[in-house]
Amino acid sequence: MGLEEKLPSGFALTTVEQAAGWVRKSSVFPATFGLACCAIEMMTTGAGRYDLARFGMEVFRGSPRQADLMIVAGRVSQKMAPVLRQVYDQMPNPKWVISMGVCASSGGMFNNYAIVQGVDHIVPVDIYLPGCPPRPEMLMDAILKLHRKIQGEKLGVHREEAAREAEEAALKALPLIEMKGLLR
Amino acid sequence: MSEQEGIPPEQVPAQRDDSGETIRVQRGMFGARNGGDTTGYGGLVRTVRLPGEATRPYGGYFDEVADEFAGALEEQGLLPENVIEKTVVDRGELTFHIAREHLPRAARTLRDDPALRFELCTGVSGVHFPGDKGRELQAVYHLRSITHNRLIRLEVSAPDADPHIPSIVGVYPTNDWHERETYDFFGIVFDGHPALTRIMMPDDWQGFPQRKDYPLGGIPVEYKGARIPAPDERRSYS
Amino acid sequence: MSASQASPRETTEGTVYTVTGGDWDELAATAKQADDERIIVNMGPQHPSTHGVLRLILEIDGETVTEARCGIGYLHTGIEKNLEYRTWTQGTTFVTRMDYLTPFFNETAYCLGVEKLLGIEEQIPDRATVIRVLLMELNRISSHLVCIATGGMELGATTIMIYGFRDRELVLDIYELITGLRMNHAYVRPGGLAQDLPPGAVDQVREFVKKMRKNLPEYDKLATGNPIFKGRLQGVGHLDLAGCMALGATGPILRATGLPHDLRKSQPYCGYDTYDFEVPTADTCDSYGRFLIRLEEMHQSLRIIEQCLDRLAPGPVMVADKKIAWPAQLALGPDGLGNSLDHIKKIMGTSMEALIHHFKLVTEGFRVPPGQVYAAVESPKGELGVHVVSDGGTRPYRVHFRDPSFTNLQSMAAMCEGGQVADVIVAVASIDPVMGGVDR
Repeated sequence: MGLEEKLPSGFALTTVEQAAGWVRKSSVFPATFGLACCAIEMMTTGAGRYDLARFGMEVFRGSPRQADLMIVAGRVSQKMAPVLRQVYDQMPNPKWVISMGVCASSGGMFNNYAIVQGVDHIVPVDIYLPGCPPRPEMLMDAILKLHRKIQGEKLGVHREEAAREAEEAALKALPLIEMKGLLR
Repeated sequence: MSEQEGIPPEQVPAQRDDSGETIRVQRGMFGARNGGDTTGYGGLVRTVRLPGEATRPYGGYFDEVADEFAGALEEQGLLPENVIEKTVVDRGELTFHIAREHLPRAARTLRDDPALRFELCTGVSGVHFPGDKGRELQAVYHLRSITHNRLIRLEVSAPDADPHIPSIVGVYPTNDWHERETYDFFGIVFDGHPALTRIMMPDDWQGFPQRKDYPLGGIPVEYKGARIPAPDERRSYS
Repeated sequence: MSASQASPRETTEGTVYTVTGGDWDELAATAKQADDERIIVNMGPQHPSTHGVLRLILEIDGETVTEARCGIGYLHTGIEKNLEYRTWTQGTTFVTRMDYLTPFFNETAYCLGVEKLLGIEEQIPDRATVIRVLLMELNRISSHLVCIATGGMELGATTIMIYGFRDRELVLDIYELITGLRMNHAYVRPGGLAQDLPPGAVDQVREFVKKMRKNLPEYDKLATGNPIFKGRLQGVGHLDLAGCMALGATGPILRATGLPHDLRKSQPYCGYDTYDFEVPTADTCDSYGRFLIRLEEMHQSLRIIEQCLDRLAPGPVMVADKKIAWPAQLALGPDGLGNSLDHIKKIMGTSMEALIHHFKLVTEGFRVPPGQVYAAVESPKGELGVHVVSDGGTRPYRVHFRDPSFTNLQSMAAMCEGGQVADVIVAVASIDPVMGGVDR
């Protein structure tokens, strides 16, 4: 990534982490990745009433090379999937993905031959946002949650440690089909 | 149906007879195909037919269109009986079943004849009837006449073994994408189309997804101890 | 991805440069060495000014577009196939997501088709029809607003976008009040509507009409007479009447050639022949004419909305035939779902037969006699046709949507070839294609 990778283990990382997180979360540049209905709600979020500018991210970048957040807004078809991956690969690190809407998150009601059943088959997703389409308030809530996540993001060795812990927790987690009991 | 009191006769659907194509034979009910069927409906056999050939008068402007169409075909030295396989009037809509080899001539006649003048084609819709032997694949065209404010339907069929229908892009250029779409989804080959390639699916896609024998392709949905199969693998009622 | 080169490749047509972004110096150097200035530019499918996931393949000679082609299908959702595995009533949930900017038109066209197959067109209650018209005209306004807003944004006129979305929010508030959702409503059902208007809806629509009467002239002030806006739009995206007829283009594109073809007038449905409104036309055949028509259509829609409000008489909103009608007197239950409390009381407490009937209607659905119909409505983009085929079962056998966006988008090549690259954006925006409708 940069300087933080070269720092000696654990040295002065906590303060740097907080400063870097604060800087990063305060100016997230989303890429325009509108696909379907959710894209209209995404545009609404950027427009007058909901005013995404309050969170320092009203500037949707046309080029993925200038963006660090991809909001996958809408259903991803089998034909679009390679394009989506290429756009993701063109984004510089660090980068985050919000899967906006139920179609992007799980395929939703379009459980068929044409739609990828969840964009997490193609790119790693940070925030899943349900709804068909989610209201602009929900998108802003997802963005704020992502901000919190960015703020708390670790650097250097801490980051590797956190990744290892997350991996271990994921390996222990029960698959959905085995979670018996009340549907809660 | 007609014995029901209080329903005006024009709202009673036309009597179904044996003239329409059999598109399906239904056996049993509630989708019980294997194992013991305790519904009592297991032995039910029902033949599903589409509305059959209509007899004159067709009503409205339909007679005029049919006469003009037959006359215009005769002027070109074509026997109307060879071109028009059948005329169906159902639910206030006129349908000509056209023999596929005559489709471009028929379409050109319908567009150019001043008394017909169907200028606008609203595209082609494919339908797949696996149970209608010899006519499995059907292409349905709707033609609108803005001059005379009329709407008719052309239906052309092709067997599954020989899925070829002549293209009418030369007559109605608007059908360019529509025919590509129907090819993409049903595998009907429109002969004479300038560039018949896939339009919706990726170029390397296998099969024709909207045919009836192509599965929906859904995956089972799992959630906390429950597994729900894809919609096409659930029990069906029809 | 490594820095991509514009590596020249020799084909029978000449040198082809594949550009995937990246090293522009190298590209410029290679282009300079070549003997001609012909480049093939691949715009999209992910490009901020292509109106969704539309891919444009442009062959340009300097600044002039010599050949333009569309690549579509990047949003193909298989909705038509999905419909075949759901009951007739559930179908509205799917069709509303086709062209997501005109949900009420999709629903109404589909329901008109199903009702025609059932032979119950005459039995639809007046109140349901009037509310359908009311919602369709509100929808026409919101769709045109998005067209003008995004079209302006693609030209770089961000103010128009802010204005358009500001006014669209007003319409969406009404949708939310009436249907419970901002988009994707599934409110129009075969046989009528999902539920009646909630209290306060009529007042809010009247308030909206008053506000829109004040807001619409702002677009005139902002855009209509604006010399830059006119300079970008006038004479761009030319398509004359013969071209429209050949390519099957309908809607504002056709009316911009001077032909007042509008299905609401020529083949009235939902009682449009009893409303007093005009069909605006222009004779410029260009993007500017289409913009003016959209603006004027919004004024006409306001007129129709007012007439709808005056006509609303109390009554049912679902057909009387209990073999088709879902309970339409819904209210918001404690679980957040739409329930008809009276209906639940009846089926759970008093009548076993009603419970069985309700169960069968919901799980199995109603049967529709075999046959096929074509129902068409005039959507904001043109003729929206639905070809519905039934095999006598409880599910649609085949539903095909003739979406106006799909057909109109074909005329892109005719509008753009021979023009400037920058004008391609204007021409595509004036077609107003919605990829959800194009690809379905």
